[in-house]
Amino acid sequence: MQTFIGIDLGSTTTKAVVMDENCNVLGRGITNSRSNYDVAAEVAKQEALVNARFNLFRQSLGDVDVDASVMENFIQRLELNFRLHQYLLQLEDLRQTCLGNAASERFRDLGNKLIEALDEVFDRLRTDAPAMFVPGAKRKSDFFRDIAGAQYMAIGEEVAKTSDVAFDHILNAYDRSIIEVENRIIGDEKNAELLNQAVKEAFGTLSELQSSAASVDKMAQEVLGRELEETYVVGTGYGRARLPFSKDHIRSEILCHGLGAHVMYPNTKTVLDIGGQDTKAIQVDPAGIVTNFQMNDRCAAGCGRYLGYIADEMNVGLHELGPIAMQSTRKVRINSTCTVFAGAELRDRLALGEAREDILAGLHRAIILRAMSILSRSGGIEDEFTFTGGVANNEAAVKALKELIHENYGDLQINIDPESIYTGALGGATFARRAVEA
Amino acid sequence: MSIDKQKEQGVQKEDSMWRQKEMINANYASLASAHENGRKIAATFVPGNLNELLMCFDLDRSLPETNALQNGMRKKSGRMIMDAERAGHSEDVCTYVKADLGMMQKGVGPTGDPLPKPDVLLLSYTGCFTFMKWFELVRDEYDCETTMLHVPYQADGKITKSMRDYVVKQLKEDVIPTLERVSGVKFDIDRLRGYLKESAKAEDDLVWVLQSAKNKPSPIDAYFGGVYYIGPIFTAFRGTPEATAYYNVLRQEIEQRIAQGQGPVTPEGDMGAERYRLITEGPPNWTSFRDFWKMFYDEGAVVVASTYTKVGGVYDLGFRHNSDEPLETLADYCLGCYTNLSLPKRVDMLVDYANEYEADGLLINSIKSCNSFSAGQLLMMREFEARTGKPAAFIETDLVDPRYFSAANVKNRIESYFQMVEQRRTQAA
Amino acid sequence: MSATEIIERCQALFDDLDFTAVKDWKAKNPGGKAIGYMPIYVPREIIHAAGMLPVGILGGGDQLEVIHGDAYYQSYICRIPRSTIELGVTGRLDCMDGMMFPSICDVIRNLSGMWQLMFEGKYVRYFDVPQNYEDGVGGSFYIHELKILRDDLSELAGRKITDADINNSIAVYNENRCAVADLYDYRAVKPWQASGSDVYLLIRAGMVLPVEEHTQLIREYLAAIEYEDRPVRDNCRVVVNGTFCEQPPLGLIKSIEMAGCYIVDDDFMLVTRWLLDDVATDGDPLKNLSEAFLHHSAATSAKYEPRKEDKGQFLIETVRQRGAEGVIFAAPSFCDPALLDRPMLQKALGKANIPYTAFKYAENSGQMQPIREQAGTFADSIKLWSV
Repeated sequence: MQTFIGIDLGSTTTKAVVMDENCNVLGRGITNSRSNYDVAAEVAKQEALVNARFNLFRQSLGDVDVDASVMENFIQRLELNFRLHQYLLQLEDLRQTCLGNAASERFRDLGNKLIEALDEVFDRLRTDAPAMFVPGAKRKSDFFRDIAGAQYMAIGEEVAKTSDVAFDHILNAYDRSIIEVENRIIGDEKNAELLNQAVKEAFGTLSELQSSAASVDKMAQEVLGRELEETYVVGTGYGRARLPFSKDHIRSEILCHGLGAHVMYPNTKTVLDIGGQDTKAIQVDPAGIVTNFQMNDRCAAGCGRYLGYIADEMNVGLHELGPIAMQSTRKVRINSTCTVFAGAELRDRLALGEAREDILAGLHRAIILRAMSILSRSGGIEDEFTFTGGVANNEAAVKALKELIHENYGDLQINIDPESIYTGALGGATFARRAVEA
Repeated sequence: MSIDKQKEQGVQKEDSMWRQKEMINANYASLASAHENGRKIAATFVPGNLNELLMCFDLDRSLPETNALQNGMRKKSGRMIMDAERAGHSEDVCTYVKADLGMMQKGVGPTGDPLPKPDVLLLSYTGCFTFMKWFELVRDEYDCETTMLHVPYQADGKITKSMRDYVVKQLKEDVIPTLERVSGVKFDIDRLRGYLKESAKAEDDLVWVLQSAKNKPSPIDAYFGGVYYIGPIFTAFRGTPEATAYYNVLRQEIEQRIAQGQGPVTPEGDMGAERYRLITEGPPNWTSFRDFWKMFYDEGAVVVASTYTKVGGVYDLGFRHNSDEPLETLADYCLGCYTNLSLPKRVDMLVDYANEYEADGLLINSIKSCNSFSAGQLLMMREFEARTGKPAAFIETDLVDPRYFSAANVKNRIESYFQMVEQRRTQAA
Repeated sequence: MSATEIIERCQALFDDLDFTAVKDWKAKNPGGKAIGYMPIYVPREIIHAAGMLPVGILGGGDQLEVIHGDAYYQSYICRIPRSTIELGVTGRLDCMDGMMFPSICDVIRNLSGMWQLMFEGKYVRYFDVPQNYEDGVGGSFYIHELKILRDDLSELAGRKITDADINNSIAVYNENRCAVADLYDYRAVKPWQASGSDVYLLIRAGMVLPVEEHTQLIREYLAAIEYEDRPVRDNCRVVVNGTFCEQPPLGLIKSIEMAGCYIVDDDFMLVTRWLLDDVATDGDPLKNLSEAFLHHSAATSAKYEPRKEDKGQFLIETVRQRGAEGVIFAAPSFCDPALLDRPMLQKALGKANIPYTAFKYAENSGQMQPIREQAGTFADSIKLWSV
């Protein structure tokens, strides 16, 4: 089947959206951005295609005569198995790369000791892996670098204690290897192979399916084997170097965001996107075409990165900031939004006896105030207003935004989609579709 | 890089461009040896520059703004600014000032020739508050004789008799006597008249050139290319036969281009098909001048009119230096410089340009250093859009501090703008 | 009223961003008009002579969130114009019948044009003061500016403003200048009694009150403060310079004091202290105001210094007269006049062996800790190292 793909290279994450010729979204993929843009784009695309297959699979399974919850269970297992296989594949790659580096000149004095220690580390990593991919398991994130990195540090420290090798050396081996590994792409063929394996295993664990095994398997093979033709790809994003696409296949991220928001909410007039490192305020017309925009791209204040610093300062997870701030009972005005001083202001206030949740609520309001500035400059806020980007998932930020909009612009329809991080890629995919139409 | 070297390397310029570059280099050479040859140096500003008057006293002319921008284009200004900041000047203030003070610490001009300290500062306080403090700082550091000319602001969009009288009186009572004293040359008003007559000739040709952009395709770029066209008229050469000759040659070149349906010349040769016609507001960035220009011509975008090319004098609305009333005409000239105009008047100019030059839209290059231009540009942008229905783009850079030019940011915004214009065209069609 | 009660009243006026005091005056004086003005200086006498209320507009301070104002200014421009626009577009300045913008810098200069575009129908006047101080040159120009103002306000008032009217107003403002001078003198002698923030609030009250009331308020305070017995502290004495336009948060002024400094002079709200002596009240009032402006006015960063050797002398004189031990340069971020001038003033102070320290602020600065540290260190260094 024909597919149209949009790839959005953001500063923190790279997203891809795959849609069919009727502009239905088939799948979405996301990965952490990295210095090699080609790889980031490719990985995100592969993820989206895999996700597309799972969704197609899910759709066709709807016709099979099995209990819905059993089916859901099956698909979940399938995904988890697939992810586990991907993880193990990359883990093996990492292991071999680390061992290769360990044998190099640099570590000669340590000789076999380092290799033995690394073997130990990877054995444990491999053993621990399946537990992270069972239903209900909590993972730090879904990106290999994040999961493997965290595990490696923890296990590496333990091994360092018992072996004769300093933790520094163990860490060093990882540092020298991870980028290389991360930049190797698991190709479409390999993914298909892993999918196949995962399907077989999923069958194995669910006895309830044995009766329909044949038809499900047939469907699986059909979906897995279906050719997803990449009819047109449009890339967008903020590339300090050149984006890995030819000129015809690039659309500015402003336009992609505007169009993406329009596709999600056709009555959108104003779009606010708060990303990791920049903030965009965009005005679109009824056809989703941008009429005005403003960006803050010189300063991290008010962006996701700012919240990241705050989370680090408070020693909590990023996703915990919102819930804590929601408990605020007192209004605290934070005037400086400079990320560099965020930590200082926070400590200052804590020292003055202000409650954590009140300070956080004040900080969230400060971020949104900055966004209001940029919105103001882009032409204000008009009905309907669509809020996208990672920060849109933060309930305290959303609360502050709703308050400020209400105070200054009255009652408007505010649209927030939990999948809004894909807005740019969605716009890109739509442009891809339109490019072929034209 | 020397001119011969550039020609060797195939950097594309027209005859007129080489000519004006030679004029500028010759002026720096003259400044370098001025004192040895018994000549005195006057420093003054581009807005409100009284070149004809200074020439009456046989004074060499040095313009710190052009020194700063020349240093910017030659990538020397960054160091100079940091030197000035180390010496105690704030990060927040105008980078022209800092580049100048930094440069003066070493006493070497942009061409590598020595740049001696001026003998007199003609502080033409025209259209920019920072000028006033700039020359106070130079005076403070280098003990220069200073004469101040306060040019009042056209707040209500017109020149009044009181304003003109004020400027003329200052010329009579302060500026001219000081220049006489410093130079040792007695003021001869007829000599001034002569220079003013010469100026008016050049001004006619300049305006013709600027208005040639009404053609489709435009034979000139009125912003990047325009920087070369305003050199002689805005600096040490207005009122000289060389300048008049330059504008004559330039005009002929442009006439040729129109006859042959050519677009503007760029450092990489003639621009391809004209796809976008823009008005620009604000000075250009100097440290990444070429890269910035390329972002335009690579997209087939030509600037058909700019306000920056009016900063040293507005001639395309009818004003000419009038030798019949020499001092009054100097006053009117100063009062009419672009940054001395009221904000509503500036909006009017932008709107008129957009209509007269059939532009697709406006691009504002907002300069961090320059509050005179920048404060209010966001409102100007919205007024423009409301009155013309044409889209405006807003980018933020600086004059000569390389730390404030982010090529990725600028390109991102410009490309988004062009794509936006393109989308709107396809919608409309 | 006790001194504390007076200050409380001033605090209430300071906190009120809705200009209730102005509305009250208008209610009491039906048909009366209020003319807003921005720093540094306008001849309030002429506004007063027209029977109108001059109102000092000093931005929105740290209690005003700027939402709409940011649509008008890039991030590298100071905050006072954006909060002033915020006041304007949120209707808080609707009670002003006109706005005056003195020629202090390019930002305020351009704001006058913006105001013309944004608030059509309101009287807007850019007030250009001369930088040439010769009576026949700058003076002539200035007298003409004053005439325009008089004529404009006459039209607005619906009656001609006579010389006698202006002379009367000059006399009234002479009284106010006298009271302010007495207040500053008192503080310089007994800074533990009249604190920096107290004096600030008193002068601030003069921005919205009728001048006669303000004069009386100061006199009452000066009488009442003598009944207070506030503890003397081992503070050093400083002059604050650079705060003539965008105002620091009250918390900043308090922080300087908390850190161990007595503010014995400053340049907050120079409009009340611009003309240094009494202005003559007989003869041609415009000529008198012009002479006073040209020859008897304060020096500040927005002014040209004709002679190199005079640069910084006014500040040095102030330091000496007040028995100050150092200068705190406090300028708003991005303030061209203050920041461009600073190196020259610091050089002059250096030659005169007067210690100084410098920092920047915004009208809504929230972090006072660095200010306290810096001012405190400065105070300590003066106490420890000065002869």
